[in-house]
Amino acid sequence: MGNWIVNHGLETFILVVWMGINVFLFVYFYSFYDLGPQFFYTHQLLGSALSWARAPAAVLNFNCMLILLPVCRNLLSLIRGNFMCCGVALRKQLDKNLTFHKLVAYMIALMTAVHTVAHLLNVEWYINSRHGKYGPLPGNLSALRDNRAKNTTYLNPIEYDYTGIAIDSFNVLAPQTPTLFAFTTIAGLTGVVITLALILMITSSMEVIRRSYFEVFWYTHHLFIIFFAGLVFHGAGRIVRGQQTTEPPHDTIFCKTQPQNWGLIPECPIPQFVGGFPQTWKWVIGPMVIYICERFLRFIRYMQTVRYKKIVMHPSNVLELQLVKSGFKMDAGQYVFLNCPAISQLEWHPFTLTSAPEEDFFTLHIRSAGDWTNQLIKMLENLPEGSQGPKMGVDGPFGTASEDVFDYEVSMLVGAGIGVTPFASILKSIWYKFKDSNPKLRTRKIYFYWLCRETNAFEWFADLLQVLEKEMEERGMRDFLTYKLYLTGWDHTHAAHVMVHFDKDTDVITGLKQKTHYGRPIWDKEFEQVRQENPSSVVGTFLCGPESLAKVLAKKCVKYSDVDPRKTKFYFNKENF
Amino acid sequence: MGKIEWAMWANEQALAAGFIYLTGGIVGVAGQFSGWKFAAFGIAAGVFVCLLEYPRSKRIKGTNFERTGQYCFTVCVKAFGPLTRNYYVRAFLHAVLCIPGGFMLATVLGCVCLGIASLIYLSAAIHGEHWEPILPEAEPTKHVSQSIKQPPQNPPPRPPADMRRKRLDDLEAAAYVNPIPVRE
Repeated sequence: MGNWIVNHGLETFILVVWMGINVFLFVYFYSFYDLGPQFFYTHQLLGSALSWARAPAAVLNFNCMLILLPVCRNLLSLIRGNFMCCGVALRKQLDKNLTFHKLVAYMIALMTAVHTVAHLLNVEWYINSRHGKYGPLPGNLSALRDNRAKNTTYLNPIEYDYTGIAIDSFNVLAPQTPTLFAFTTIAGLTGVVITLALILMITSSMEVIRRSYFEVFWYTHHLFIIFFAGLVFHGAGRIVRGQQTTEPPHDTIFCKTQPQNWGLIPECPIPQFVGGFPQTWKWVIGPMVIYICERFLRFIRYMQTVRYKKIVMHPSNVLELQLVKSGFKMDAGQYVFLNCPAISQLEWHPFTLTSAPEEDFFTLHIRSAGDWTNQLIKMLENLPEGSQGPKMGVDGPFGTASEDVFDYEVSMLVGAGIGVTPFASILKSIWYKFKDSNPKLRTRKIYFYWLCRETNAFEWFADLLQVLEKEMEERGMRDFLTYKLYLTGWDHTHAAHVMVHFDKDTDVITGLKQKTHYGRPIWDKEFEQVRQENPSSVVGTFLCGPESLAKVLAKKCVKYSDVDPRKTKFYFNKENF
Repeated sequence: MGKIEWAMWANEQALAAGFIYLTGGIVGVAGQFSGWKFAAFGIAAGVFVCLLEYPRSKRIKGTNFERTGQYCFTVCVKAFGPLTRNYYVRAFLHAVLCIPGGFMLATVLGCVCLGIASLIYLSAAIHGEHWEPILPEAEPTKHVSQSIKQPPQNPPPRPPADMRRKRLDDLEAAAYVNPIPVRE
C-alpha cells in the first residue's frame, strides 16, 4: 500500500481534486437553477430539464478552460523549470499532460451529451407551451413577447404560436419547429456546429487513427478553433431567462393561479424577464490567450536561423544532423520539434536530442520511419558536399523525465528499440559531468538496459558505448556504469555465430566488452540485483519504450520498493511522445 | 499527408454517428416529441449502422486492432458479400439512412454525422479501398528443422579406446582437455 502511494499518490490526489470540482459545480448550478426563485416561472415551462442543461454547462465551462492548458508545451516547460526545487514527484505529473488532456476531453464529451439531450427536451417543451398544450399558466407565460408599448418581456424564446401560418407579401411565417428554432438562434446554430466539431475531433483522435495517420488527427484537431469560437458566442442570445424583481413585486405563489389577471391587479404586475449574461468567455479567455502565445512562440522559434554543422548518413538509413542555433539551451534527454517547409509546411515532428548539453551544438539522430523522415533523408543524401541543408525550424527543447536522471543516487535506464535515443544524450552528459567533476551529478551508479530486436539501426549507439567503456576503464571507474544489452530478435543463425566466437573477449554483435544477452531480461532478477547492491537508496527507473514494458516496470517498481527509509525505493518515470 | 486508409476514419465516424443517431432517437421517442416517428426510425437506423460498422476492416498494411468481441459481427457482415464489401454501397446506404434524421431536431446531429461518414466512405471508395474481414489465421505447423528428424547415426567423437582406459602409470599423458568446458 505504501509503495502504491509513493508511485501514484500525487496523481490520484490531482484527479480527486479535479473530479471534486466537477461534482461541486454540477450540484451547485443544478441547485441554483432548480431552487432559485427567479426561475420559478421558467420551471413551469421546462421542469427540471432547465437545471439538467445548466449544470453540465457549468462543468463544460470549467473543463473547456482546462483543456487548452496541458497542450501548452512551453508553459509546461516553464513550470517545470521553476519547480526544480520542489522535488521530483511534482514534476513527474507534468509528463502526464496528454493523459489529463484526454480525460478532460472525455468529460467535455459526456457533459455535451447531457447538455444536448436536456436542451432537446427544453426546445420541445418550449414549443409545446407556446402551442398551449400545457395549460393556461405556461400558455400565458409563453405568450409574453418583447413589447415596449405593452411593457412586456419574453420568457419563451419561441416566436410564433400555432394560430395559422401567416403569409406576408414576401415572408412566409411558419410555425416554429425545433429544427427551425435550432438553426435560427445563435445558441442553436453555434450549439450544433460546435458539437459537430467536437464529434469530428473525437473520432479522428481515436488511438487507431492517431497512431497510424497522425496528419488526419492533427489537421482535424484544429477544428478546436471553430469549437472555441462557437463556444464563446453560444450564450450571446441570452435565451435562458430569469425573472427580474419588479416594483411592486410580482408574487409568484399568489399569481400563478390567475394568469388572466396579470397587469390588472396590484399584487400581480406583468412579470419581467431578462436573459443571463454569457459566462463562458470569462472562463476560457485566459487559456485561449495563453494558447495563442504558445503558438506564437512556436512561430518565432521557427523563424530563428538554424545552421547545419555536420550531416552524417549512418548505415541502415539513420541520419545524424549536427545543428547550431543561437541561444539554444538544452538539458540531457530533452526533445525538439522539427519543421521543414520544403517537405511540409504544417508538420512538426518530435525528435530526441542525442547530444549532451555540454556541447555547443545539438545533434539529432533521425531514423527512416515514415513519409517525412524518408523525404528528409533523400533530400540530404542528394546534397552536394559541404553545403547547407534545407531550412529547418526547431521548436523546443521540451522537458521529459530524463532530466531527473542526475537527481537519483542510483538510476536504472531502460531503452527499448528506438527508445534508446534519449539515453545517448544522458550518457554523454554523464561522461562530460564526470570529466568536469560537476557537483550537480548526484548519481553514483547507473544500470543501463538496452533492449532491441536487432542492432542494425543503432551502430552509432554501440560506438558511443565503446567510447564510454574505454573512458571508464582509463579512469578506473568500471563500476560506475553497468550496461546490459538484450537482443530480443535472435534466431538460430545468431546462436550458431555466437557459439563459434564464444571465446573472444569482446562481443561479436557490438564489439563491446559486455556480452550481449539473448531474449528479454528477467526483471525480477535485475531489480533484485539492484536492490542488493544498493540498500537504502532511492533508485530512479527510466524507460523509453513500449507501453507493455512500462506496465511491467511500473509493477516491479512498486513490488520492490519499500516505504522504510533504510530500504531501497524505486521510482518509475516513463517517456512518451 | 501520408497514405491514409480513409475507411478507417469513416468507420470510427460512422460508428459514432450510429450511437448519436440512436441516442437522439431514444430521446425523441421517450420525450414523445412531435415527429417521434422520425425518432423511431432513427433508433432503428442507429442500431443498424452500429452493427454494420462495429467490425473493423482488415488493413492494407499495418497491425489490425480488432474491437472487443467483433468476430461474430465480422461473420454476419461478411455474409452479405459484395453489399458490405463495397464502400460505394456503404456510402450510398449511409446517405439514404441519414436523410430522415434531418426532419427532427433530436436526430439532426446523427443525420449530419452519418452524412459526413458517408462522404468519407465515398472518398475511401474512390481510392479503391474495400472491406476485408479480419479472420483468425490458422496456426502454421511448426517447421521442424531437418536435422532433428534423423537421430545421429554415429556416436560422438571420442579418443580411441586405449587412450580412454585409465592409465594409472602415466597420469600426465592420460589427461586430455575437454573441447567443451564442463560446468559444475
